[in-house]
Amino acid sequence: MATTYRTCPRTGLQFDLAADKLMRWNAVAGVLWLLVGGITALLVILTRWPAIKLLPADQFYLILTAHGIDMLILWIIFFEMAVLYFASSTLLRCRLATPALGWVQFWLMAVGGIMTNVAIFQGESSVMFTSYVPMQAAPHFYLGIILFAVGALIGCGVFFGTLVVAKREKTYVGSIPLVTFGALTAAIIAVFTIASGAAILIPTFLWSVGIIKEIDAQLYRMVWWGLGHSSQQINVAAHVSIWYLVAAVAFGAKPLSEKVSRFAFLLYILFLQLASAHHLLSDPGMSAEWKVLNTSYFMYFAVLASMIHGFTVPGAIEAAQRKKGFNNGLFEWLRKAPWGNPVFSGMFISLVGFGFIGGISGVVLGTEQINMLMHNTFYVPGHFHATVVVGTTLAFMAITFLLVPTLFKREMMFPKLCQIQPYLYGLSMIVLSLVMMGAGTLGVSRRHWDMAFSGAPFQYEWPGAAYLMMGLTGIFGVIAVVGGGLWIFLVVWSLLFGKKLDGGATSEKTVPIPDQSVAASASATGSEEHTSVPGTVVLAITLLVCFVLYYFVNWKYLSEVWGLS
Amino acid sequence: MSAILPPSERLWWKQPIAGQEWAWIGIAFVWAMIMFVMMVYWHIYGKQNLSNEVYKTTTEMFTAKTEAFVKENTIRTETDQNIPVAKPNAKGEAFLLARLWSWYPILELEAGKTYKIHMSSVDYNHGFSLQPTNINIQVIPGYEHVVKMTPTKAGTYAIVCNEYCGIGHHSMLGRIYVK
Repeated sequence: MATTYRTCPRTGLQFDLAADKLMRWNAVAGVLWLLVGGITALLVILTRWPAIKLLPADQFYLILTAHGIDMLILWIIFFEMAVLYFASSTLLRCRLATPALGWVQFWLMAVGGIMTNVAIFQGESSVMFTSYVPMQAAPHFYLGIILFAVGALIGCGVFFGTLVVAKREKTYVGSIPLVTFGALTAAIIAVFTIASGAAILIPTFLWSVGIIKEIDAQLYRMVWWGLGHSSQQINVAAHVSIWYLVAAVAFGAKPLSEKVSRFAFLLYILFLQLASAHHLLSDPGMSAEWKVLNTSYFMYFAVLASMIHGFTVPGAIEAAQRKKGFNNGLFEWLRKAPWGNPVFSGMFISLVGFGFIGGISGVVLGTEQINMLMHNTFYVPGHFHATVVVGTTLAFMAITFLLVPTLFKREMMFPKLCQIQPYLYGLSMIVLSLVMMGAGTLGVSRRHWDMAFSGAPFQYEWPGAAYLMMGLTGIFGVIAVVGGGLWIFLVVWSLLFGKKLDGGATSEKTVPIPDQSVAASASATGSEEHTSVPGTVVLAITLLVCFVLYYFVNWKYLSEVWGLS
Repeated sequence: MSAILPPSERLWWKQPIAGQEWAWIGIAFVWAMIMFVMMVYWHIYGKQNLSNEVYKTTTEMFTAKTEAFVKENTIRTETDQNIPVAKPNAKGEAFLLARLWSWYPILELEAGKTYKIHMSSVDYNHGFSLQPTNINIQVIPGYEHVVKMTPTKAGTYAIVCNEYCGIGHHSMLGRIYVK
């Protein structure tokens, strides 16, 4: 089969033209869903802001359902398809296996996404992202998600196929790159995730059209979360891969140890799937033993993996910077990092926000007994806005500043605004997560239209601090929406009107990687001896101290509530 | 050994791991084990653990049990809807039924006494969120969850529903008195 490659003159990356087009279409589809997700985000925020309370209840729940589906599934998984094709075809300098199936992936996901959104906006499917039975949505709500999932599964198949082709055609020597290994981790978790989704959504679809009579509400929750939480673990594997990718292209950083980083990814494959338990800790249907074993990812081995990445990613950057001569004190390497480059600043805010806010809150929230303090409160969305938004979305946004020139062959416009965007979006989202968690700690419910309980037979007055937290949620939520909107504007505007860049020569064969290119990033240089990374050690210890303190503070809170046994 | 290229050292798994990395892996591993043991420890020595006592039930069965409990233990009714206030007898068994969109009945408990509260839903998922003490438990149709609760302080407590259950979700507010 004839395949044509082009070599990007700026980065040295080589794109199979078939993969090139698929990546662009998937990334653009992702951005369009992010736009829909962002508009719904604004409406959600303005309704939960007690001083504004924009939408009536029915519209609020409709919009909240759309926000969850469009952000957590449609935006992220479309973008992840582009990441998978990049990590296989581009990084391995290989033709994409079966591009025709790649288009089946794209169109199934596109049609599925639109179908589910049509169901939601028709108004009969305001069942939230989780669609817990026995609350029922329209049949095409479920069918759309099923089609979308089949598309994503095909995309994973194309990725695996490309790895096989690359191996057989010997496009690389030795082992696959670490970033590709991380993408492989994401794809393996995706297969498990989609299998769980099929196992529950196909019966649920049949139930919605009347073929199956009843679905057990507890069973649904358990299997559905195999889709719902595991899909967020795809994101973790994907954005950690992007952290390594950015460290490589921005600094020429090498992993401190291939063995350690790959082992940490392996731990993800082995244990991350157990996360479905995190949502069932306050449920009646599972035993305490089951909860303890599963919620800890079998003794916290997946948390261990994230703590390892949290060390090795900044460690790799520090080592690269120190080799360049930024050797003064503990933190010169960090101070002299390219903070004006949005690819780096976005990635680093993503790393710190995910680790300090998302990671710590996630483990605390996922502790069997402590979960009773936070289950279904506003703490939960606070936590996952720190993981999925600060962690995943911000990492994807950061890498896009690199992809627009190299993949879309357009120069980013308004460079000053590009510099500001990661700070505006990342920092406001971090504060937003914190105030949401604050409200949740005071008991405020998630997915709740009215803090004043209008129409209830009694009254309950939330503490004033809860109203303050919800007001701050409104303010920082709006700032975050502005930051996200700025990114969409910058990307779309640059794609439409940015200066066209040279796409590079095309050839039927891959050509050797030019020296001094991003793709070459220091593969041959560097010595065998290890560079000491004291700054990273200090950062890691700081993380641990915050972690330990916050963890035990919550046990203290727990010991003060009613006795439960 | 760039992350986007194949490892330059073909036998990367034979490369030594630096001391700082080993140290961090060791610390993280120990912390993981502490967190794991903490949950087990709390099951043995802690006073806040979620009950494992659960029975399969049906809408009819649980409604009948709750009605029998209300009939036997009602001490007064409140509000213009005449919601019964039930005070559990000496055995401390109580029933709390979640439905669209109310918690039924109102319970009156005594501080320091331990109650066995049977909770279930007769329609959708609901969320038992006791405020302001902040205890949150999922309530699922078809499952009768028997939770032992020991109120610590007298007062008027609200049960907020914190699992989305449709258009009237925000008005689903229950009450527990602790004397």
